[in-house]
Amino acid sequence: MTVAQPEGLNFECETGNYHTFCPISCVAWLYQKIEDSFFLVIGTKTCGYFLQNAMGVMIFAEPRYAMAELEEGDISAKLNDYEELKRLSLQIKRDRNPSVIVWIGTCTTEIIKMDLEGLAPKLEAEIGIPIVVARANGLDYAFTQGEDTVLAAMAARCPKKEVEAEKEERNAIQKLLNFGRQKEEVAAADREYVDHPPLVLFGSLPDPVVTQLTLELKKQGIKVSGWLPSKRYTELPVLEEGYYVCGVNPFLSRTATTLMRRRKCKLIGAPFPIGPDGTRAWIEKICSVFGIEPKGLDDRERQIWESVEDYVKLIRGKTVFFMGDNLLEISQARFLIRCGAIVPEIGIPYMDKRYQAAELKLLEETCKEMGAPMPTIIEKPDNYNQLQRIHEMQPDLVITGMAHANPLEARGINTKWSVEFTFAQIHGFTNTRDLLELATRPLRRNSNLKDLGWDKLVKEAAEV
Amino acid sequence: MKLAYWMYAGPAHIGTLRVASSFKNVHAIMHAPIGDDYFNVMRSMLERERNYTPVTTSVVDRNVLARGSQEKVVDNITRKDKEENPDLIVLTPTCTSSILQEDLENFVDRAQMDSKGDVMLADVNHYRVNELQAADRTLEQIVEYYIKKARKKGNLPEGKTEKPSVNIIGMSTLGFHNQHDCIELKRLMADLGVEVNEVIPESASVHNLQNLPRAWFNLVPYRELGLMAAKYLEKEFEMPYIDITPMGVVETARCIRKIQQVINAQGANVDYEEFIDNQTRFVSQAAWFSRSIDCQNLTGKKAVVFGDNTHAAAMTKVLAREMGIHVVMAGTYCKYDADWFRKEVSEYCDEVLISEDNGEIADAIARIEPSAIFGTQMERHVGKRLSIPCGVIASPIHIQNFPIGYKPFLGYEGTNQVADLVYNSFTLGMEDHLLEIFGGHDTKEVIHKGMSADSDLNWTKEARAELNKVPGFVRGKVKRNTEKFARERNLSEISIEVMYAAKEAVGA
Ligand code: SF4
Repeated sequence: MTVAQPEGLNFECETGNYHTFCPISCVAWLYQKIEDSFFLVIGTKTCGYFLQNAMGVMIFAEPRYAMAELEEGDISAKLNDYEELKRLSLQIKRDRNPSVIVWIGTCTTEIIKMDLEGLAPKLEAEIGIPIVVARANGLDYAFTQGEDTVLAAMAARCPKKEVEAEKEERNAIQKLLNFGRQKEEVAAADREYVDHPPLVLFGSLPDPVVTQLTLELKKQGIKVSGWLPSKRYTELPVLEEGYYVCGVNPFLSRTATTLMRRRKCKLIGAPFPIGPDGTRAWIEKICSVFGIEPKGLDDRERQIWESVEDYVKLIRGKTVFFMGDNLLEISQARFLIRCGAIVPEIGIPYMDKRYQAAELKLLEETCKEMGAPMPTIIEKPDNYNQLQRIHEMQPDLVITGMAHANPLEARGINTKWSVEFTFAQIHGFTNTRDLLELATRPLRRNSNLKDLGWDKLVKEAAEV
Repeated sequence: MKLAYWMYAGPAHIGTLRVASSFKNVHAIMHAPIGDDYFNVMRSMLERERNYTPVTTSVVDRNVLARGSQEKVVDNITRKDKEENPDLIVLTPTCTSSILQEDLENFVDRAQMDSKGDVMLADVNHYRVNELQAADRTLEQIVEYYIKKARKKGNLPEGKTEKPSVNIIGMSTLGFHNQHDCIELKRLMADLGVEVNEVIPESASVHNLQNLPRAWFNLVPYRELGLMAAKYLEKEFEMPYIDITPMGVVETARCIRKIQQVINAQGANVDYEEFIDNQTRFVSQAAWFSRSIDCQNLTGKKAVVFGDNTHAAAMTKVLAREMGIHVVMAGTYCKYDADWFRKEVSEYCDEVLISEDNGEIADAIARIEPSAIFGTQMERHVGKRLSIPCGVIASPIHIQNFPIGYKPFLGYEGTNQVADLVYNSFTLGMEDHLLEIFGGHDTKEVIHKGMSADSDLNWTKEARAELNKVPGFVRGKVKRNTEKFARERNLSEISIEVMYAAKEAVGA
């Protein structure tokens, strides 16, 4: 893959003093996605406090997650890591009986150099439950990159074909019972697809979105052989050398690298299916790799745009500022620019120009087509400096973390809480309305209130 | 290692940040990995704070691990000093800095040389103290720092204020109903003719800390935050402090009488008896409420109380002493201060539970089956699962526990709020049961209310049907007592006969 260095986009790097969630937060959505998993975060009270508060009410629903809280004895190596982890993992096995335990390494396990990767295979053999290790710590990663570390670790666990054959063996009786029918159905279903090498998609999405995107590709005759992650750990997709893989989210660069280097898969570098423009470009790119002429995408995209015109017109001509905290920023900005917005600045925690090459190119093209100025992309932003710029340029909307949202609102600046985009369904054609619903909510709310006259609610309004 | 799903008190640095960011124009810089500034989210969301939370991070990343964070920390401090001119910057260690063992004290000294404002290192160790202890210590540390500084400069004011006056110590950001309590206490002091000298740390300026000794006494309404500072001031200036939480009618009166004693000893001549009597009988509704028929109906009802030391102890006393409610269990998660709690509540409840394990508390609630729970958000959710109403009386709390309306827990208005909370919790539960009773005999299956182990006993069909005729609110108790009776006699099956034998035996 060539590194596309789009001309025109400005890249800058600041101090990295910005607010974001710790990557261990991925536990919150991954334990829900992978139904037979259990996530054990090996860290301190700091990690626990963050998760407990960030997960909000989910924490009361007996989540399949827990802290292995390190105490002073663990730090000073008075206690034996292996024995301690064994004790806790056995307790989890007894109480919850999961199909996989995911150990999340944290800052503390990094600093005291606890060899989780070394301990896991030994313990796995001893207790008979797969143990996957992901080092999703705040020293190295931001927010959604946590999912990336977990999926990269899972990619190593995806079965090969032979293993799959064994699995079918085990299900032989069930197969026998509805043998005839299934075979016919499978054959009929296969006729709907073009003959192409297996394609596996990666990125954790809510099940309805998985179904929507799978069907979207099916319309083009493309069969999705599997999805990393799947609903259950025991259903991880088969990965063979030469399989094609494609990402659905912009923060999955380690997973992509692992799939290419370790599993010898071929990466389809496409823009991400966020917004109808992104979804279309994503499908087109996959089609082009398989030599398929895409059908009906023009109409599909146009219809979606028409159906959301009431929202799009709220955004047209507005300036939107991304402070940056979840790595979805480039795709979102590209989509909003297509809606007619002007984006002066895109803050982003980490910018993988290789993995995001196609998305960056689409961003650039979009700016040109819409006649919009090229945004400056600021990696590792500095929130303090950003606030100065925001107060200076007074954008119509700031997409930001919760730490700054209320103070900005109090100074008369519309904000949208960025974290919501990570949890809401924003992928594919179908969810365009939801995506816009979120992005325009502050504009709609504040236009409802606009005649009241109290939009600045701090005494020295312009002060940071 | 400890398997944990939930914690009641947060990590140490949260306590330091709560105190530092309560002051005006004090900035905290955490020495932490990126992602540890979740405090800013909580403050901005829960307190709906309009201003930027004055907390930033000196980020610990791979480079820092390799090279140490000296330059970075010093730069971050001096940069913040220039950008915002804070009076004080508090360098705040976290779990990460606790194990890096860098010489943060030295960084602070170096940064101080280039800073206009003051710089200090919070003296808290992640592995030794929790949020509450750290908050208490940080407040003491800041007070001590500015007292010493003033003394050195010869700025310490001489003597006391002309009229009796008080420092209110311990009001802080993210504290349970602190803002409302603070207003209520100021009103109470005004009613008593006591001037409020300083309130710390909330909205205080560090420049005013040197005025603390001018007050006649210190009032520390919360057990968890402020005692260390008050003791320091007592040691340095022989200032008496009062640590009676004015929550509930009786304790509020006790607190006021103590104030009277303390200021009269210093030459005031006040008699608050009439004030107390008037407030108690006519202003606060709580005393009248405990005589009313409503409250009579609560007599002997069972309750469980759990929370921090201050609120759980005060609530236990209010329930038992002022409302005639049967507090079966009172508990706290302040393990480090357990003796105090035991001493405060022992005479008002059957059992005391000291634990930080939410599972243990949930099991105790399931076993006791109270008619109402008074606890934290965690107990509220336990109550939900068991269909037992819960009034929230202590942190950890959610956004709904930061009400916009005026809801103090302290002082005379506080007694009204507490009475409402108690009464609403119980009537909610009673209404449910009444609905159930008058809905006819329900055919719902008996739900075992235990949170942990399930029953190993067999109920015959007839016995089960009989059990279903028992009204819902006592059904669990009847079931439990019958099973206990059967187990004691090694009966594996429960028939109608066994049921009634059990009833006669325990008088259930
Ligand atoms: S940044 Fe590190 S110490 Fe903080 S919560 Fe994340 S993993 Fe834990």
